[in-house]
Amino acid sequence: MQACRLAVTDLACQRGERVLFRGLSFALHAGSAFHIAGPNGIGKSSLLRILAGWLRPLAGTVEREGTIALLDERTALDPHQMLGKALSFWQRLDGPADNEAARLGLPPLWDVPVRFLSTGQKKRAGFARLLGQGAPIWLLDEPLNGLDQDAVRLIESLTADHCEAGGICVIASHQPVNLPMLTSIELAEYAA
Amino acid sequence: MIAPLLRRDLALLLGGRRGNPVLPLLFFLAVAMLFPFAVGPDAVLLARTGGGVIWVAALLAAILPLDRLIAPDLERGFFDQWALRGIAEELVIAIRMVAHWLSFGPPLMLAALPAAALLGISGETLARVELGLLAGTPGLAAIGVLIAALTAGLRGGAALAGLLLIPLAVPILIFGAGALAADGGSGIALCGAISLLLAAIAPFAGGAAVRAARDA
Repeated sequence: MQACRLAVTDLACQRGERVLFRGLSFALHAGSAFHIAGPNGIGKSSLLRILAGWLRPLAGTVEREGTIALLDERTALDPHQMLGKALSFWQRLDGPADNEAARLGLPPLWDVPVRFLSTGQKKRAGFARLLGQGAPIWLLDEPLNGLDQDAVRLIESLTADHCEAGGICVIASHQPVNLPMLTSIELAEYAA
Repeated sequence: MIAPLLRRDLALLLGGRRGNPVLPLLFFLAVAMLFPFAVGPDAVLLARTGGGVIWVAALLAAILPLDRLIAPDLERGFFDQWALRGIAEELVIAIRMVAHWLSFGPPLMLAALPAAALLGISGETLARVELGLLAGTPGLAAIGVLIAALTAGLRGGAALAGLLLIPLAVPILIFGAGALAADGGSGIALCGAISLLLAAIAPFAGGAAVRAARDA
């Protein structure tokens, strides 16, 4: 896996008139998993979008080495398409990858249009897209939402494997995440 | 990288998933059909004004699919995922512009044939209308994609898009319809020049608009 590093120093984020958090610093190296905890609306998603480079922080810097993959509630799969075809669009862009779809339990859903998938199934499809991208830095926004017990364990083991292989996982979730080598912060402690 | 994007765009726009591509054509033909009922069956008057009617109908038909050109991809996170893969918004918009033109330009030129018959337009005028449409519709596609990108993040963007397109399309209409006059060759050339200019600007302006919608 490509070398990766992600460090932020003294980050502050403003949305509208409101400063969501300030003074946030952390540094992540290959193999680390990072859990951003906190209630809804505290700025977890905004923080991920800053890390991805889509939002300008109010203050502070982000240093990043390595490409990014992001998973949030938007699956980026065409709703009317069969799941297999929708995923193969991304595969054509990302190049052939190790086929993890079987591990995610997706093959039986190949011929189901994406709009008929349940929340949990969509989440797993999003993970297939994420894995196919092969990027070292994962930004996961509420990855466990709508998943049953087995799927939660599956996602946790996929994330653990990714970190073990030398990747970085940043997980924004209000739910507890069970991972080895997990460092955790409460974003509420940095609220302005 | 370009081929999968273009294939997806064409499948969406022509496959009826982003609005039926036949609807603008039917709309276009309906205008050509209704016009003689409204002004009466005076063959001379129809032949003289028919070319202009075809141009106005083409312009209005180009507005119909605007709200589905960019907004759904922005909402569903496609643009974010492309950005992560280093695919520039400008490239996506340029490809979308080509796909949009292919989905309405050539079909419209084809539909102009029955429309010309309905309006009793002479073969010579029809040839000029077709040439004008060939020169002008790429410009309409460029304006359409640009406005779709600008209004993608807005509530009520669809209605606004129609209103914004009309003033921007006026130059194309003036030169395209102006070319219908007997010595109108330069009108077609100017129409083509405007189209080229718009097609060159639209990807950059549209790309900036998509990025601005993301930062909001």
